[in-house]
Amino acid sequence: MTALLIAETSVDVDAEGFLTNPDQWNEQIAEEIARESGVPALTDRHWLVIRYMRDRYLATGTAPSIRSLGKESGVPIKELYALFPKGPAKLAAKIGGIPKPRGCI
Amino acid sequence: MKKQIVILGGGTGGTMTANRLRRHFDADEAEIHVVDRDDRHVYQPGLLFVPFGLAQVDEIVRPRHRQLRSGIDFHESEVESVWIERDEVLLEDGTVLPYDLLVIATGARLQPEETEGLTGPGWNERAFTFYTPDGADLLQRALESFDGGRVVVNLIDMPIKCPVAPLEFAFLADAYFHERKIRNRVELIFATSLDGAFTKPVASKHLAGLLTEKDIELVTEFNAGEVDGVGGKLSSYDGRDLDFDLLVTVPLHGGAAYVERSPGLGDALGFVPTDKSTLQTLAQPNVFALGDATDLPTSKAGSVTHFEGDVLTENIVRFLEGRELDSSYDGHANCFIETGFHKALLIDFNYETEPLPGRFPSAVGPLPLLRESRLNHLGKLMFQWVYWHMLLPGREIPGIGPAMPQAGKKHLTTTTT
Ligand SMILES: Cc1cc2nc3c(=O)[nH]c(=O)nc-3n(C[C@H](O)[C@H](O)[C@H](O)COP(=O)(O)OP(=O)(O)OC[C@H]3O[C@@H](n4cnc5c(N)ncnc54)[C@H](O)[C@@H]3O)c2cc1C
Repeated sequence: MTALLIAETSVDVDAEGFLTNPDQWNEQIAEEIARESGVPALTDRHWLVIRYMRDRYLATGTAPSIRSLGKESGVPIKELYALFPKGPAKLAAKIGGIPKPRGCI
Repeated sequence: MKKQIVILGGGTGGTMTANRLRRHFDADEAEIHVVDRDDRHVYQPGLLFVPFGLAQVDEIVRPRHRQLRSGIDFHESEVESVWIERDEVLLEDGTVLPYDLLVIATGARLQPEETEGLTGPGWNERAFTFYTPDGADLLQRALESFDGGRVVVNLIDMPIKCPVAPLEFAFLADAYFHERKIRNRVELIFATSLDGAFTKPVASKHLAGLLTEKDIELVTEFNAGEVDGVGGKLSSYDGRDLDFDLLVTVPLHGGAAYVERSPGLGDALGFVPTDKSTLQTLAQPNVFALGDATDLPTSKAGSVTHFEGDVLTENIVRFLEGRELDSSYDGHANCFIETGFHKALLIDFNYETEPLPGRFPSAVGPLPLLRESRLNHLGKLMFQWVYWHMLLPGREIPGIGPAMPQAGKKHLTTTTT
């Protein structure tokens, strides 16, 4: 774990740049991580997904998989990929300042 | 008063649990009911061998009711819904079963229709799954007449039953084409939604090495969203295409449909949120779950179901006697991985410890972990006997306890995620 300066705030991140302490997160941090990850601007649809991921993580201790995200957030999987290219669940977690989703075993 | 115990699902977990509880409780202490939609108990690990002609479907299916001890009531019907507030189950045939204690053991359901195009034209002609008896049978015929081309083996997304089975299929396909002397005319591709060959780092590296050795191309983070079964094209959500002459896929999985119809019972995918160490559901204290039906963060495997069964039976007894629950289930899983040419690998892990090399069940073995051996292959074949004669009747399997053994494992790393 290393400390990193994002949007003028010091945050703890893992080797892949996921925040390890969700309390250190704020919206400016989200916007900067998004830019660095190839999402130039966060729209309302992005925020809907990011907040959904965060709320689920804070309430249950695990972030939803892409499939439950598609079912529960009301944003279809195709659109999730358009909003967060490559891996929507991972990228939304990273931008939302929560640990990398562990996936299933 | 006589307790009413209702068990939904007469597969691996339901059958084993019913038999154990029947042995524990006298007839005047508890009535035990098992519900399943049909009377065909499939030994599912055997499905892997059917496409290669190494097993026949009728060799791996037995009547369900015959696996249950006498004194257990078997109901052959679809479960319609569960009213957790009223402690009642409604069956499709109209029967209402009231319960003091409910066990959910209805496993996982395949949902090929959730992937666009998969069950459309070309399904069971060019695109197959070996996860059902019919699918495995049809694939066997297709493989028999296959004489070269691109074969894509695909895992659409987790969770699936037996997450190593698609890899095993790829390894066995390599051996099968070698034996038929057409391997040089077959291109084998393994496309997975995971970011490696498997979910856990040490085993994932090992298995990726084996894929390379066998000249099977590994395509990772491939989230298949669409299948063209006539044109032979598998497309991912992020815009990549894989052409195939033959697709062998593992469809998406969800929980049983009635779980979704029963308010307060399941999650978005129809799995039942369950306490990971006691197996009591979060829905109601008198509802327990085991096996593939739960949302637990461990593999959906028969071995897991078996290890969970120990804690589950103990906790059902404790719950009915009003005692505190045992919270010792540690996520233990144990899987043989067939690698072809009469060899297999063995992995053993739990919630905390990933699969590591070493020996099982102790430092002197006899089975090597994470390494190919003939002994592991024999272990896998032997397991069918163990399944019908020891696991389902609920007898102890010598040397294999529910908690994961640490002795014999070589810890290479300090991290466990
Ligand atoms: C191809 C393949 C290979 C596998 N290989 C291995 C292996 O090598 N090792 C290993 O440990 N595990 C393996 N498994 C996994 C293993 O078979 C399962 O994890 C195990 O059977 C789970 O037991 P269960 O009781 O939870 O579910 P199941 O045994 O599937 O039983 C669920 C039962 O519920 C019934 N049911 C479901 N819904 C309803 C309803 N609405 N109404 C009435 N009845 C219903 C079903 O008919 C079924 O009988 C494999 C699975 C597959 C598919």
